[in-house]
Amino acid sequence: MITRWCLLWLAFPAWADEGVFDQYRDLMGDDNPAIFVIDEGEEFWYQSQGPSGATLEACDLGLGAGVTRGAYAQFPRYFADTDRVMDIETRLIHCMETLQGRDRTVTAAKPYSLRGDFGTELEALVTWLAAESEGVVIAPEQGHPKERAMYALGEEIFFYRAGPHDFSCATCHEQSDKRIRLQQLPNLTDHHDAADAYGSWPAYRMSQGLVRTMGWRLQDCFRQQRWPGLTFGSEVSIALQTYMAVNAAGGIMTAPGLKR
Amino acid sequence: MNKTEKGRVSRRRLLNWVALLSTAVALPARAWAAVTRPDTAFDATALDQALMALGETPTRHEGVIFTTPDIAENGAVVPIRVEVDQTVLPNVSKVYVLVEMNPNPLAAVFDIASGTEVYIETRVKVAQTGNLYAVVESDGQLFMASRETKVTLGGCGG
Amino acid sequence: MAGRIKIRAQKKGEMTEVKALMRHPMETGMRKDQAGESIPAHFITDVAVLHGDQPVMQAHWGAAVSANPFLGVRFQGGQAGDAVRVVWTDNQGGTGEGETTIR
Repeated sequence: MITRWCLLWLAFPAWADEGVFDQYRDLMGDDNPAIFVIDEGEEFWYQSQGPSGATLEACDLGLGAGVTRGAYAQFPRYFADTDRVMDIETRLIHCMETLQGRDRTVTAAKPYSLRGDFGTELEALVTWLAAESEGVVIAPEQGHPKERAMYALGEEIFFYRAGPHDFSCATCHEQSDKRIRLQQLPNLTDHHDAADAYGSWPAYRMSQGLVRTMGWRLQDCFRQQRWPGLTFGSEVSIALQTYMAVNAAGGIMTAPGLKR
Repeated sequence: MNKTEKGRVSRRRLLNWVALLSTAVALPARAWAAVTRPDTAFDATALDQALMALGETPTRHEGVIFTTPDIAENGAVVPIRVEVDQTVLPNVSKVYVLVEMNPNPLAAVFDIASGTEVYIETRVKVAQTGNLYAVVESDGQLFMASRETKVTLGGCGG
Repeated sequence: MAGRIKIRAQKKGEMTEVKALMRHPMETGMRKDQAGESIPAHFITDVAVLHGDQPVMQAHWGAAVSANPFLGVRFQGGQAGDAVRVVWTDNQGGTGEGETTIR
């Protein structure tokens, strides 16, 4: 617990040192409401749910059944039992179905909080699992051909211009030291920026009063670009996460972060 | 809007609070009943209205040390700190925090045991760029400090 | 989930510094949800910090205090090992409490 308190300050993005918000962050201190959501996620992991009444303790997140320490840092990754590359969220939905017998059309119907919600089960689980990788080196698996193909797809999508503004992810995230209004934009093609960005999600979003995941953040990016909605758990979502995670590889997980 | 929902003290709620404190403190419930919530002030929708409900117009005092950020990253969470220099402003028993441009300017009231140091930190919602006020009560008089905090529009929320 | 408080209490010279983070939506009652329905006001109205049995501070809050509210206070005295508690009640009659020892 003490380690969490000490490491949470690392979640502040490095580029905030342009100075504008230093005073704000200083006065804020390091009390991040995400610490509650970490506990809530842990409780969900050990909670008996679904027709089989099982917990998620036997869920294999890539390091063996029930191994949660360090697992988040190696996502997205290929799983033989589903023969595909999965992100942490789709893997959790999978475990809820196979271990607990819970219908995926129900569990995947509303993965993220809407306005007025106080957090979803999936958001909490992802937050706890990210905290279980706190301080761990970001190391998404790229040994399997499908993992490498997912990176290539993610890279292609990253530079793909579409939508009414003809935006790609690269439009905002390919150059260093850029900002929108007073918000710094990470250069996701650059290892250092990618590591800071990817490593600080999931994060407590102050403007929302909620911890949000990387998957949610991508959905919101699509909305802001005026692209069609990004489907939860889709190949596109996993591909983009893979692209970012691989570019971030070697960096350190600092999540859950604290963001505006 | 239902006034009860907005915080007007209902008898039942006040009794709940007093009961909770009594079990926490093992003091007679009556000891806490004296500290009532200034609902009229909380319900006020303009700064001068809120201040009138608290008493007189406060005068500025350098003994009120009010720290707020010049610019807030977002308006939903703005950290503030109120301290009082007891050597120039003793006997502070209450601290009020007001946010001028909020729909209801009075955000918080702190009751300090007489003679105790005043050092309070919290986080408030600031609807838009404007003045924040720390008002303290000392021997029945109101004194204050104020600061402007700018609230930024988001970029894309990363 | 509801009612939780994370508290740290540390000696700082003669003073004790308490930092408390509380789990609460602090809903103003002015927002509408995705379906356009009003989200009911739900916020902490009263909160107290106690050193042992002694209240060191009592506060009244409106909905303008930020969600998952933070409260930092300092008070004179206190020894390592003493109990510090925080309790709250909200406008819907809910309560929360948490405890720690001074380090």
